[in-house]
Amino acid sequence: MLILNCPYCGREKDETELAAGGEAHLKRFGPGSSDQDFEGYLFDRANPKGLHFERWRCAAGCGKWFHAARCTATLEVFGTYKAQTLEPPKTIRDAITAKRPGWSWRNFS
Amino acid sequence: MSTRLASHGRLINRAHAVTFTFNGRVMNGFEGDTLAASLLANDQMLMGRSFKYHRPRGVVASGGEEPNALINLGVEGHFEPNARATTTETFNGLTAASQNHFPTLEFDVAAINSKVARFLPAGFYYKMFIHPRSFWKHVYEPIIRKSAGLGKAPKARDADKYEHFYHFCEVMVVGGGIAGLQAAKTAAATGVRVLLVEQTAHWGGRAPVDGVRIEGMPAEEWIAATLADLAVRNNVVIRNRTQGSGVYDHGYALAYERISDHTPGDGRPRHRLWRVRCKQIVTATGAIERPLSFAGNDIPGVMLAAAVRDYVVNFGVSPGDRTVVVTNNDDAYRTALTLKQAGLEVPVILDARAEGGGILMAEALAAGIRVELGRGIAQVLGGKRVTGVQICAQAGEGSVLEEIACDVVAMSGGWSPVVHLWSHCGGKLIWDLDQAMFRPDPNQPPLGADGAGFVRVVGLANGHLRSAAALADAAAQGAAAAKAAGGKAKKTAVAKGEDAEELPLAPVWLMPQGASYKLRSKAWLDFQNDVKVSDVQLAAQEGFESVEHAKRYTTLGMATDQGKLSNINGLAILSKALNVDIPDVGTTTFRPPYTPISMASLAGEARGELFQPIRKTPMHDWHDSHGADWEPVAGWRRTYAYLQPGESVHQAVQREVINTREKLGLLDASTLGKIVVKGPDAGKFLDMMYTNMMSNLKPGRCRYGLMCSENGFLFDDGVVARIDEQTWLCHTTSGGADRIHAHMEEWLQTEWWDWNVWVVNITEQLAQVGVVGPNARKLLEKLGGMDVSAETLPFMAWADGEIGGFACRAYRISFSGELSYEIAVPANRGLEFWEMLMEAGAEFGVMPYGTECLHIMRAEKGFIMIGDETDGTVIPQDLGLNWAISKKKDDFLGKRAQQRSFMDNPDRWQLVGLETLDGSELEDGAYAIAVGTNANGQTNTEGRVTSTYHSPTMGRGIAMGLVHNGPARMGEVLSFTKIGAAPVKAKIVSQVFYDPEGEKPNV
Amino acid sequence: MKRNSVFAVAREAMRQHSGWRRTWGNPEPKKLYDVIIIGAGGHGLATAYYLGKNFGITNVAVIEKGWLGGGNTGRNTTIIRSNYLQDPSAAIYEKARSLYEDLSQDLNYNVMFSPRGVMMLAQTQHEIRGYQRTAHANSLQGVKTEFISPARVKELCPIMNIDGPRYPVLGALWQARGGSARHDAVAWGYARACSDMGMHILQKTEVTGITQQAGMVTGVDTSRGHIGCKKLGMVVAGHASAVAEMAGFQLPIESVPLQALVSEPIKPCMDVVVMANTVHGYMSQSDKGEMVIGGGTDAYNAYTQRGSFHHLEETVRALIETFPMVSRLKMLRHWGGIVDVTGDRSPILSKTPLGNTFINCGWGTGGFKAIPGSGWGFAELMAKGESPLTAEFGLDRFRAGRFIDESVAAGVAH
Repeated sequence: MLILNCPYCGREKDETELAAGGEAHLKRFGPGSSDQDFEGYLFDRANPKGLHFERWRCAAGCGKWFHAARCTATLEVFGTYKAQTLEPPKTIRDAITAKRPGWSWRNFS
Repeated sequence: MSTRLASHGRLINRAHAVTFTFNGRVMNGFEGDTLAASLLANDQMLMGRSFKYHRPRGVVASGGEEPNALINLGVEGHFEPNARATTTETFNGLTAASQNHFPTLEFDVAAINSKVARFLPAGFYYKMFIHPRSFWKHVYEPIIRKSAGLGKAPKARDADKYEHFYHFCEVMVVGGGIAGLQAAKTAAATGVRVLLVEQTAHWGGRAPVDGVRIEGMPAEEWIAATLADLAVRNNVVIRNRTQGSGVYDHGYALAYERISDHTPGDGRPRHRLWRVRCKQIVTATGAIERPLSFAGNDIPGVMLAAAVRDYVVNFGVSPGDRTVVVTNNDDAYRTALTLKQAGLEVPVILDARAEGGGILMAEALAAGIRVELGRGIAQVLGGKRVTGVQICAQAGEGSVLEEIACDVVAMSGGWSPVVHLWSHCGGKLIWDLDQAMFRPDPNQPPLGADGAGFVRVVGLANGHLRSAAALADAAAQGAAAAKAAGGKAKKTAVAKGEDAEELPLAPVWLMPQGASYKLRSKAWLDFQNDVKVSDVQLAAQEGFESVEHAKRYTTLGMATDQGKLSNINGLAILSKALNVDIPDVGTTTFRPPYTPISMASLAGEARGELFQPIRKTPMHDWHDSHGADWEPVAGWRRTYAYLQPGESVHQAVQREVINTREKLGLLDASTLGKIVVKGPDAGKFLDMMYTNMMSNLKPGRCRYGLMCSENGFLFDDGVVARIDEQTWLCHTTSGGADRIHAHMEEWLQTEWWDWNVWVVNITEQLAQVGVVGPNARKLLEKLGGMDVSAETLPFMAWADGEIGGFACRAYRISFSGELSYEIAVPANRGLEFWEMLMEAGAEFGVMPYGTECLHIMRAEKGFIMIGDETDGTVIPQDLGLNWAISKKKDDFLGKRAQQRSFMDNPDRWQLVGLETLDGSELEDGAYAIAVGTNANGQTNTEGRVTSTYHSPTMGRGIAMGLVHNGPARMGEVLSFTKIGAAPVKAKIVSQVFYDPEGEKPNV
Repeated sequence: MKRNSVFAVAREAMRQHSGWRRTWGNPEPKKLYDVIIIGAGGHGLATAYYLGKNFGITNVAVIEKGWLGGGNTGRNTTIIRSNYLQDPSAAIYEKARSLYEDLSQDLNYNVMFSPRGVMMLAQTQHEIRGYQRTAHANSLQGVKTEFISPARVKELCPIMNIDGPRYPVLGALWQARGGSARHDAVAWGYARACSDMGMHILQKTEVTGITQQAGMVTGVDTSRGHIGCKKLGMVVAGHASAVAEMAGFQLPIESVPLQALVSEPIKPCMDVVVMANTVHGYMSQSDKGEMVIGGGTDAYNAYTQRGSFHHLEETVRALIETFPMVSRLKMLRHWGGIVDVTGDRSPILSKTPLGNTFINCGWGTGGFKAIPGSGWGFAELMAKGESPLTAEFGLDRFRAGRFIDESVAAGVAH
């Protein structure tokens, strides 16, 4: 039973108040994109056993979508941040580094 | 025999006698008894039968770890199978019956299994019953099923109430023994909110029974004082009869309160499930005594040594007159001393240790009790009750040195900390070699959301068997937990505990250590499931080396006690058989709950009316009182048809169709989703949401729109009305409102967050009524108000106005193919409005109609229904809806997906109408049979029915379906499956059966 | 290997069962195998078994990080049915179901397949139509099912409440030859038979890397050293993404917890398997007498083999509505597994970007029932490069937009 801090409400929210939305920071590919890119966007998932950037919605609260950096093996939460971004902000990256030095994700580490 | 003593009994109230029945026999007990104590007081040692061999079973323990004394408790709506007699408080009128025997507890025919036990070793069923094939299901399995199971299946509906509590605190302390009390006291002193729960009715745990002194006073006094101190603090909540049942991720925990199990019928809920959110959990859950593995250790009368002492001290019950104590540690001497002090006989203490024990042994010797060192039990004598023991050397193979008559054997193999709650969320264990026990590894705790440990284990549960160390541990960790949870550090005194010094135990996993096969095959590990030492050894011999394999192969630890007594002993036998150390074998996973909790408590109050409460439109009750035959639709109920007296559902539906087509029908359309989309970028946004163009819709006009998922599939439809320059109102399907609203929010917030758009779901703000049929305009004009003429309000237009005094919005849209208005009024006036329409419409032949009539009318028109023509695999192109897919737009959700090779392909199943040659109805879901079979031998298909009805308008069966290249095959005849009959021939036709030119709605 | 029979048990009973040998071997790894299967769960072991039995390929190692059958094979609710809607699903699940019929005899190991019948309740008009459609499809797929009336439902399962009020039972899709089996025995039986053919089951051996040369896999690095192979099969369910990543490709898979629970055992009261999809819950009674109950998945990715408690509350509520007697039972134990869910909720049995490497995953919540059919088809795919059973389950379907979507009829895919 997870607890995540909604960065809009600024409050800890019980999992029952939230809706999970899968992997975050997927780039949308629309008309004109290659079959491979479109498949990757719609289906291929990192599904890591470890650090996962993922989407949540404060469904029974403020209704806002936000992102969480969470470990899928220990369920540790490194931080949450607003969804209106293309990449995890520096504060989150620093928080991860503090707990899991040597981590990497795409071009970040 | 077992009986009530005149002395002792600290927990019973001798002034309050109670009567109860066991197997129909009336018995007496005292308030404060457990049922097990009451039964023993009535000389009822035999309490049940084992699972596999149906061997006689007596009570072995005194708490939640009891595997044997399980009973059918109560009757009818209050019946509970598998109630543990050791945790059931005796009350006046209690009804109990023993389980798992036929015909009686004393004489059970299935006990024959015990006689042939050697043919039924671990895993025997995997090796037998293989031939002939049909015999497993029809012969062997029914016999096995019948002899398995324990309690009776409940029959009557639950007559009790249940509820949930939500509780928030910083520190939850589980266990109300002295360690739990000390931890709670220390934590509470820092000011944080503390919850302290204790599963039994009593506080203090074992300490009062074991003669512990704290701060120079008897434990009982310190316990009372500490409780009193906690009770007056307003940051502390304490609850007895409440078990900490499970620990879950991120500081979530379950507590299971048995409010009125002992006071049934007093009006209170039976159980209450506490859903606790806390920062830190301190478990002070104590330890469980281990049995010793010797032949005949399952015979009724063989009990745990501490349990024997509990019955004497707590309940004033003597389990027997002559008790042989057998032990590998000092603690069991306390039992001998207690018995002696109660005036009972202890013919001998058998101490498996060659050197024996310390102070307690000296006390026993001083009390005149015979002590034999390096001795054990070769075999217990007796059938349904112990009659004696054969003594042997522990170091030997079981040669009998002496026989001693007795009626109880009190055994102690040492103690196992209760680490369940620590382990539920991944806390790891270490093997404590000196004390021969698994205890929590403080370096590998369960981790919380912040990656730090959030569970601490204190006292006995943390391996501190002596009270001084247990209290010091509890104080230190109680303070640490409070600090970690945000409390202010505050020095509180640690209570000083005193109890007798003890010498270390000597691990004894088999008695005698060289026991022969004959003895090993009678030495029980799991009393309930009938798993013996020889079974675990056989598992190892056959390669079931993993502890999980051995458990599953032998069923060790899979009984209702989940191995609380058997796991460590079984592990030790397995490790010996594999010749590896115990920690290298590992443990099985501890899973919640700690002991079984009622299913009803999980459900709480959400049952009956409160199980998924029904959403109701403003007119719901009117429908209900006018013959509504209901249909569940999403969270709503919608009227399937309104039954008039004497009508069948089918007749009602046919009548409603004809009446609406010929005169006038009313539909409660309030459940349709209504979403307002507003803002400078709203048009651009809706162009992405819908396959067709919405930005160029003129204010005052309506347009039918399609929505696809990003994966290309059609998933909702509805009429969109443009309200003003920046505002659109989108209708969705009844089931789709919340989903579509969330879908729009998701795209706005996570992809196009710089677009200026607001989305609001106003579904429940409005009541909406379809006024449908040739007389629709006449009715509205009679009521007066806004101009609803064809000129002012043409087809696919909308207008705000007033009808019959009701402010409303009227849409000229039609899903029926008739002249039709959908009129929205504020929800709170919906019923009034509906009733006005019904009354004023009488002269025009008005009748309400339901969802099935709606379906038939739309099918007669060839309109698709989401969920019928679509199933998540259909794209708009399959449904002849290309006209609703904009070619002008660069992008919309689903556009890219529909360009993939399998979708961008004309060679698909496409929508057509179907007419059977004989006028009958095709069956729902029927498939069109094609020639030949596929590579897997399945008959090929070339289409399927998506909607099929008897059309009263056409006077025949009509259907729609998806057919391979269907539109190009008009007039072809296909064969459709009919269950249990020959295929049915049907012709491909246009799906528009009624008014193909569309003249009727446009008048 | 000693033949199992009542006579063998009787003979051993006379000599204190001293003659029973290991059920499977515990060999040292060889340097090179013709085939390595990663994952000794039901699907991996069945693949190995049919490689040997159907294609004579016995130089096979099945590598397992933990203990065989210890993943979802040993954690599921043991339901076996094949009443699927889409042709490819019905084909592979019916192949599996029909193999289950004779599996005890084939393996000489009693897997306790019990065709007690499976019913899926229709509790909305939409569900009625969905299941009627499935019955029509099944009639052409060689799967014996029928849509039955509420009265027949009550007759087959007297403890059920069919009168609602929230969701009255309106009928059910009934597969009389569906049922259940003893999950552990399926893994053990296959392992025993594989071992008997000379295959190596390497338990407590963790794969840490996959070695490649020119687009072909050459072997695997393990906690016991490098082991070479000519062909590689990945059959690791919840950990499919992690193993695929070692091989350098991504999968359309997410791993989520799925939970189940059992009650304390009671005397027999339910002889059929019931699935109620509208309210999300399914239940059967094991031979031990426990009511075995399954629910839905958690919505977030996790590898913890435990889930969130509120899902169990929802499941139990649903079951109390359907079977009021459940209210008076007690929950004995609940647990979780990690299920691998694909983009269309159907499995992947496929070639991979690496020439000699194959993957079998994505069974989600429905893998146990498929074990023999999955092993049969996947063995054929690995041996011959193609199999009619697996043809539609390729990874390429996601690019083409050609999905196998079972949720259309059932609402859920388990």
